[in-house]
Parts: sequence; C-alpha cells; structure tokens
Amino acid sequence: MKFGIAVYPGSNCDYDTYRVIRDVLDEEPQFIDYRETNLKGFDCIILPGGFSFGDYLRPGTLAAHTPLTSAVKEFAEKGGLVIGICNGFQILTEAHLLPGALMPNIHGKFVCKPQYLKVENNKTPFTNLCKENQILKIPIAHHDGNYYIDEDSLKKMEDKGQIVIRYCDKNGNISEEANPNGSVGNIAGIINERGNVFGLMPHPERASESILGSEDGKYILESILNYLK
Amino acid sequence: MLIKFYIKPRKGILDPQGRAVAENLRNLGFNNVKDVKVGKYIEVYVEETDKEKAIKEAQEMAKKALVNEIIEDYEFEVVEE
Repeated sequence: MKFGIAVYPGSNCDYDTYRVIRDVLDEEPQFIDYRETNLKGFDCIILPGGFSFGDYLRPGTLAAHTPLTSAVKEFAEKGGLVIGICNGFQILTEAHLLPGALMPNIHGKFVCKPQYLKVENNKTPFTNLCKENQILKIPIAHHDGNYYIDEDSLKKMEDKGQIVIRYCDKNGNISEEANPNGSVGNIAGIINERGNVFGLMPHPERASESILGSEDGKYILESILNYLK
Repeated sequence: MLIKFYIKPRKGILDPQGRAVAENLRNLGFNNVKDVKVGKYIEVYVEETDKEKAIKEAQEMAKKALVNEIIEDYEFEVVEE
C-alpha cells in the first residue's frame, strides 16, 4: 500500500511517520511536497505532526490553504483515506474536512506525555483492529489540542459515532483529571460523517515500536492497512 | 485602502491567556480588572479604491482565512491610507 506523507514547511513528524510506514508496517511511504497537486496512486494520505508554517495566524490555517491540502480535499471527496495527526488534525479542522476547532490548551502549557485513550468507535477504517472501549497508551505532544465544538454539533457527532477516541485514565475513566488539555468531552480524535477522514492529537507513529515504550499506535496504523487490504 | 481586523476569543469561550493577564494585572494592584481578552490585530493593505469592494473583500478574507468563527469574534474597519 502506498502512503503519502504531507510535508509542509514546519512539519516535523514526517520522518518518524515515514520510518514507521516503511520499517514497521513494511509498506511504501512517499513524502509529498505542500505544492503538489497530484495524489494519483496513493491509498492513504497522512498529514503529520509539527508546526506547519510556524503555527502563524492559527495552527493549521496556512497549511489548510495550500495546493496540497486542496488536493487532499478532492482525494477525501472521492472517498480516499486521510489521517491527520496532531498538527495534521489542526489542518483538517481548518480545512473544514473535520468539524470543530483546536484551541490552546486550557492551562496554557505545552503538554508532552504518554496518554491513555479509550476507543469509543472501533468500526472505522482507522480503529477496526481495536476492541470497543479498548484502552490505548499513546503519547501526546501539543500546545493547541483543546478541542471545541458547540453543544448541538457535539450531540450530533456523538449520535453518528464520530467521536472515535477520548482521553481517559489507566482504568478507562473519562474524567476531568484525565483530560490533558481541556477538550470538550475529553475528545482526542474524531472522524468525518462519511468515515474516511480521521484526526487525532495523539501520535501513533511515536508508539509503534516496543523500544519506545508502547506499540499501541500500531492498532491505528495497522487498522488502516487492514481496511485497505 | 487599509483593512484593520480586530480578532478576539469568542464570547463564552475560555481564554487562558486573557485569564492569566487579568490575574497579573490584579497582582499589580489593578483590583478593578474584571476580565481580559487577548486577541490579534491584523493590518491588510489592498490596492483598491472602492470602499464597498474592500469591505466585501474583508468579509471574505475573515471568513476564508483570518478568523475561525467557531472560536473567534472579529470586527474590522476599512480606512483610506
């Protein structure tokens, strides 16, 4: 399977992602420059973490208005799989491929730590290898991960199963104490209505080899493969 | 023409930066500080002589890029340079 990894000025998880696709999944990764418009031949597009365009204006905004992101929109409209990790999630919301917005963390600090997550919807192309309510341990590293959406829209998203993962504690409790950034409803990752665009703040590519302390990120990356095959 | 955009966190949305600055001001003795909102000020210079057109364009700019209306409120004014 061919994975396209977007490279914007300021992307910094592109190489980690490339390595995991190539060396852990044993699949074919390819970097894609932010000025590229042709996405023919790709099975999945990954928008990696980082600080695209220096987070100028708002995180993800400038990247959302590049030729590559326009092409990613078309790719998604045709049903292609798109996953945005951290800054990639911010880009997807700013590009209106996902609802809501990611605001600065409620405590005003950058947060970087392993985080427990609960899989609420395992019937997606990105979580199909997880059990329902499975607890994953995957690191987070962000300053703007405070997911916000108005109450009515949130309710609709919940009804449609669009909330895929939530922040929880070791035992799976979705509590305020387990919320690392102030996100509404402890939301860590969401999917679009159609189910082919997924955004999440945690970094599965940083938790795909045992030497790094957790391999739980593989549940997500291998789910994509499982879906595509 | 010059378009001046004033952007701030949307009403009802927590502004951690504003809250910290408010506390700081109170620590400095400004005990009457009720609330602080920290936002952005953006100047956009356009080659345009028709003010109405500039206003329309400003609205588009806000909607498409400068403002995220889910979390931000804004005002703008168009002035002749």
